[in-house]
Amino acid sequence: MIVELGHYALVLALFMALLQASLPLVGAARGHPAWMALADSTALVQFGLVALAFAALIHAYVTSDFSVLNVVQNSHSTKPLLYKVTGVWGNHEGSMVLWVFILTLYGAAVALFGGALPPPLRARVLAVQGMIGAGFLLFILATSNPFIRVVPPPPDGDGLNPLLQDPGLAFHPPFLYLGYVGFSMAFSFAVAALIEGRVDAAWARWVRPWTLAAWCALTIGIAMGSWWSYYVLGWGGWWAWDPVENASFMPWLAGTALLHSAIVVEKRGALKSWTILLAILAFSLSLIGTFLVRSGVLTSVHAFAVDPARGAFILLLLAVAIGGSLTLYAIRAPALKLGGLFAPISREGALVLNNLILATGAATVFLGTLYPLFLEKMTGAAVSVGPPFFKATFVPLMVPMLVLLVFGPLLAWKRGDLLGALGRLKLAFAVSAAAALAAWHFTTGGPIGAVLGIALAAWLAVGTAVEWAERVKLFRAPLGESWRRLRHLPRAAWGMSIAHFGLAVLVAGIAASAWQTERIETVRPGDTVDVAGYAFRFEGTEPVQGPNYSAQRATFTVTREGRTVAVMHPSRRFYPVQRMPITDAAIRTNGFADLYAVITDPGEGGAWVARLYYNPLVPWIWFGAVIMAAGGLVSLSDRRLRVGAPARRGAAVKAPGAAPA
Amino acid sequence: MRRLLFLLPVALFAVIAGYFTLGLRGDPSLLPSALIDKPAPDFALPGLGGKPGLARADLAGRVALVNFFASWCAPCRTEHPLLMRLAEEGKVALYGIDYKDKPEDAARLLAQLGDPYRRIGVDREGRTAIDFGVYGVPETYVVDAAGRIRYRQVGPISAADWERKLLPLLQKLGAS
Amino acid sequence: MRAAPFPSPRPSPASGRGRILALLCLILALLPLPALAVLPSERLADPALEARARALSRELRCLVCRNESIDDSSADLAHDLRVLVRERLKAGDSDAQVLAYLTSRYGDFVLLRPPVQPDTWLLWFGPPALLCLGGVGLAFALRRRRGAAAEPAPLSAEERQRLERLMREEEA
Repeated sequence: MIVELGHYALVLALFMALLQASLPLVGAARGHPAWMALADSTALVQFGLVALAFAALIHAYVTSDFSVLNVVQNSHSTKPLLYKVTGVWGNHEGSMVLWVFILTLYGAAVALFGGALPPPLRARVLAVQGMIGAGFLLFILATSNPFIRVVPPPPDGDGLNPLLQDPGLAFHPPFLYLGYVGFSMAFSFAVAALIEGRVDAAWARWVRPWTLAAWCALTIGIAMGSWWSYYVLGWGGWWAWDPVENASFMPWLAGTALLHSAIVVEKRGALKSWTILLAILAFSLSLIGTFLVRSGVLTSVHAFAVDPARGAFILLLLAVAIGGSLTLYAIRAPALKLGGLFAPISREGALVLNNLILATGAATVFLGTLYPLFLEKMTGAAVSVGPPFFKATFVPLMVPMLVLLVFGPLLAWKRGDLLGALGRLKLAFAVSAAAALAAWHFTTGGPIGAVLGIALAAWLAVGTAVEWAERVKLFRAPLGESWRRLRHLPRAAWGMSIAHFGLAVLVAGIAASAWQTERIETVRPGDTVDVAGYAFRFEGTEPVQGPNYSAQRATFTVTREGRTVAVMHPSRRFYPVQRMPITDAAIRTNGFADLYAVITDPGEGGAWVARLYYNPLVPWIWFGAVIMAAGGLVSLSDRRLRVGAPARRGAAVKAPGAAPA
Repeated sequence: MRRLLFLLPVALFAVIAGYFTLGLRGDPSLLPSALIDKPAPDFALPGLGGKPGLARADLAGRVALVNFFASWCAPCRTEHPLLMRLAEEGKVALYGIDYKDKPEDAARLLAQLGDPYRRIGVDREGRTAIDFGVYGVPETYVVDAAGRIRYRQVGPISAADWERKLLPLLQKLGAS
Repeated sequence: MRAAPFPSPRPSPASGRGRILALLCLILALLPLPALAVLPSERLADPALEARARALSRELRCLVCRNESIDDSSADLAHDLRVLVRERLKAGDSDAQVLAYLTSRYGDFVLLRPPVQPDTWLLWFGPPALLCLGGVGLAFALRRRRGAAAEPAPLSAEERQRLERLMREEEA
């Protein structure tokens, strides 16, 4: 009954979405306030209906209702409750419902908190949201219905892939989708602006919070995925340049570029048509990512089940959404007024350079991910594009951007003083040179790229700190004055400094991962393996019974200079339902380095093959990502982005160069 | 000129969407062989259970099918009836290479389901398979009378594969 | 419907057609336990040679599991290829010779770093070309716009008089 209710709610939501996509548009074009206001109510009702459907699906999973095919295929009665719930989005059908749920959540948020938006803009934004919602609801109902019954119901389900039964992965998809789908807001605002033919500072200010929120969520989502791959897959790495990872990385790059270019629109009224294009691209790349993961066009290590019918449907959605919006762009964007002028060396110039490099980065990842497909269809030749390619192309591209990143905030708008900025960065330069020397000295050599990476991280961190110190006139003015300035520093400025500092931490973590120490040994109880000065003593294994698995749990006592620093328990689990063994890594971190242990193959006489790692600074990769997202959140709390932000007219007057068309 | 620039994104997308459409057709897991039209690699493998083995020289002089199989390979069983039919018809020389298998398991399998091969080579280390560019079983190679590889069938041979691809090629090569 | 000696250790939630494949993989997985990548038994005694072997392994694709290098993969074929790479190195092959040995059998597909050749020029040089093109285009556009919006022409005598008149009127 509840299942049918969920199914029915989805159908109703589709009709709501169709209403939302059509009537408000007409209303906005003809100036009917009542029709425009329909956008709000339909968005809220649509959200309620999808929430109902989502709840019904969760209910079916929690109660292990094996009369539902989707539950049978992805759940099992012995599964812990947490994974019964998260199993809802651990499969194609359920994850699409989550996708639409988040989409309607954003729509409802606009309806509830978009009071400051002019009614025609709000109506158009919500109408575009409605179109996206309608497309995906139709997709779910036509090809991926999670509410299909199975008769007769089997006694129990197939269970969830053990690799997905993990708290890290439980919350990875929701964050990822909050990011992917969040860019639909920027997309809708861009399309609405194209329909209106008007992009100004106020528009940029309205788009910003949605883009920031999506960017923060995507940053966390990608970081969680990478963290999961680090500690669950037990391969000692954290990023594989797999198509699925790339699919999440491309919208992130475009979204990061969008965040920066929108600042120029807001402050200087320039880069309008480029910003609109980025807003379209960020969401388009999210959609393309969805297509790649679910269509089977590319082979990936962690893809959803492949179904060409679904692929064709998503491709159709892509053609309508991306093709439609880009066509609209081609027609309307040339009419957008050019904004304020600026010298090449200026804040705007730096942001443009940032955008150029980020866009090239996204293009590199895109080309690398899809080139095998292109070439195969062109000439029939099969090539692989793997991590060595991306390391050789993407990484060198990011180095100049990170070097230049520090200059941007130090340059004035319109015309900046490069020599002055250079002079103020003496300290940063000195510290990064010292960091490079220290890294070179203490690591007894090591790859030169890693040493440079550490220098780059120091340059970023100190350069960001210098800019912050200048804003508060630290040591230049009396401390009281600095304190006053500190308290009045806009949240957006804080957000930028924090996010850039987080990037420095991230870069340090990535660079230092080159100094990973790896030992792969066959160990017998009593054996000791030395890993970067840590002695791992293998004590043996014992059988352990988990809720839905059995495991061999190993014990390693780790000592350093005779002192015990950790007792670690990597294990090898066996999930009888899926008849699948997985390794469970043991990780001990002190914030500066990880000790990492995995046992893989049993041998004779209690022997096991163990993979032991010492990973210096690797946790900083995730700390850095979290700090970056925190910076985004701080920026999001800036006064000028809050609900009831200044209305268009007032803002247009205040922002120089903003040209209402 | 400026307008053209704004058309660029949608034009690029059209090209990409075209490739996606093509991508939906066809299976990305099917790979062309690197050895097409090149001489089959040299090999000499021992036989199964004391029977004569298989060497490259055995293929010489006529069109041959070389089928990589294993007893642990489930999809191999789906193509087995077709291989048996080919053996009964006797029109094409079918040779087997037992890939990374215990000889006794392979012998049991063939005793159970029938032995369609003229000769079998046992490739316990999988080295001959690597020389052929095999990455999974079953795979079947068409080797022409001059000893060159002309075609690779990836995965089990379905009736459709046989009718549409293999049979026409064999007829062209003059095998039957 | 094709069997790899071992399935990939990474997840592939399955349904429909994929389910059958997954089922097959699982059946096959029951035979021997999958190992995780490089095993101690494969290692060469010479550390320099072993380091070269590891570096080469990261450049080679595990053909069965698709997006992993043979260094990361637990697949049986990856193990065979790792052993093969080490044998070739021990036999005195250069790195390039080892890669050539494998590409002659498996094609360019086995290389995770595609070779630079006419059909991959777009891949290798596309992004740098884009960067240069974008940079040049931007510089050009910036210069042209600045030129177009350069200093406005100075006021003519007539205009100056009119301005003064207007300003006087304003004050009055």
